[in-house]
Amino acid sequence: MTEKIDFTLAELMIVAASEAWRGDGELLASGLGVIPRLGASLAKLTHSEGLLMTDSEAFLVEEPIPLGPRGDYQPRYSGYMPFERVFECVWGGRRHAMVGPTQVDRWGQTNLSCVGDYAKPKSAMLGVRGLPGNSINHINSFFVPNHSRRVFVEGEVDMVSGVGFKPERWNDGERNDLMQIRIVVTDLCVMDYDGPSRAARVRSLHPGVSFAEVQEKTGFPLIAAPDLCETAHPTADQLALIRRLDPHEVRATAIKGNPPGIRPAS
Amino acid sequence: MDKRMTTADVVGALRDGMTIGFGGWGPRRKPMAIVREILRSPVKDLTVVAYGGPEVGMLCAAGKVKKLVFGFATLDAIPLEPYYRKAREAGELKDLMELDEGMFQWGLRAAGMRLPFLPTRCGLATDVVKLNPELRTIRSPYDDGEVLIAMPALKLDVALLHVNVADRLGNTLVTGPDPYFDHLFARAAEQCYVSAERVEDRLQLDAASARSNTFERYLVTGVVEAPFGAHPTSCPSDYGWDISHFKRYAASAGEEGGWQAYVDEFVTPGEAAYQEKNGGAARLGTLPLPVF
Repeated sequence: MTEKIDFTLAELMIVAASEAWRGDGELLASGLGVIPRLGASLAKLTHSEGLLMTDSEAFLVEEPIPLGPRGDYQPRYSGYMPFERVFECVWGGRRHAMVGPTQVDRWGQTNLSCVGDYAKPKSAMLGVRGLPGNSINHINSFFVPNHSRRVFVEGEVDMVSGVGFKPERWNDGERNDLMQIRIVVTDLCVMDYDGPSRAARVRSLHPGVSFAEVQEKTGFPLIAAPDLCETAHPTADQLALIRRLDPHEVRATAIKGNPPGIRPAS
Repeated sequence: MDKRMTTADVVGALRDGMTIGFGGWGPRRKPMAIVREILRSPVKDLTVVAYGGPEVGMLCAAGKVKKLVFGFATLDAIPLEPYYRKAREAGELKDLMELDEGMFQWGLRAAGMRLPFLPTRCGLATDVVKLNPELRTIRSPYDDGEVLIAMPALKLDVALLHVNVADRLGNTLVTGPDPYFDHLFARAAEQCYVSAERVEDRLQLDAASARSNTFERYLVTGVVEAPFGAHPTSCPSDYGWDISHFKRYAASAGEEGGWQAYVDEFVTPGEAAYQEKNGGAARLGTLPLPVF
């Protein structure tokens, strides 16, 4: 009999996020936000030690830096990576970023600019930031902490900030072969865009979540991957590493209400 | 040769309708003492070119922005820049050039190298091209025939920067870990004014320190000594951003008459009063650098 391990939904999602980088070899892993960053850090410490990471400022580190106040911890740098070099890296394609867009559509297009009419938006957000360049040049994964029809919209995202697989958006002579969408980690499931004609698929469901629920909360049709399964539970070793990477438990604030990883039966 | 001047001299050199680039990045190393001087001046109808932080929000709130060329506006610790957001949602910012962060530096680079454009893939197949019809594409003249965006040069009338150290000749040092793109702003501009935490007579450095110089003095029109001149943004390695000031500033955007109250309290009384209102040198000099 195996010992029962308690874990939170955030911890399940960190482990799911870490899988995004499996097999990437040597490239810059950028996890933007608490869960993506912990996912990238966990990937580097477990299955993908070749990944390059920064201190989220300007230096490369070989040991992922724990979140929050560092106490006695002194980062040890292995190199230099200011913003200017990040662009050189992005344009050269040696990066895999996991970002949290405000909207995602059926073509994998993303929006970080504004919701509503561009001239007078209902909600103005950050701006396109690096999404246009990231999305067309290197591997991207998405992180969605609130899987809903507001995020996974029915039509096109309101302002296409990151490129996707919509043929009408690409003109003759433009290269769309350098982009890659790896996975989408949400609070309900893990998805990809590897279905027929780049259709969105559900690859795994978090414990207690049904495909029907995911479909209900998604504005476009989904298909179930042939090997659809339950999202892997964190192991004791993974949880120990997560605790070391996040000693102040910032991850407890990453998902509203910090729910358990296994939904209590309703 | 002596390029020293005051913030009033800098703003006196600005004209209505100018295209002005602001160095720094979001809430980091923005030339805020000069921005506050602009807020106190009648200068208007500006085209603001920036990796936007509070300077964008403040200039929007003051009604001084005719056009905004940007990739984002953020305070990081408070993700959405409150007055940029307010201006956008009120439909007040009509003339926008929203660009990918990388395209943006590419446009500055083209201007600095006196090229009409530089090619890039970034922006294709997004609304960046749709919303900016002035962006043209170009087909590679070589066998690949790839179609790329011809990112036009972002030429600036004036660049405004804030650095850690300068001297009277216009030599500058950025002692924080990241120089951002200040050097490209300096190269893209007809005139470049730099405020600094400390202005010395002549920099006389060892080789390691001299590497913190990121652009040449012939690009620098004037230098201004402005201690805590980046506040409330950060100025690594000297001080971090002021989260409590950001909160106060962000809250004002939600209050009736909030902007005017902010201006009355922090802008109108001048820089000495501004520092006192924010705890004086004792507090400003010890604002902790953010930990990421």
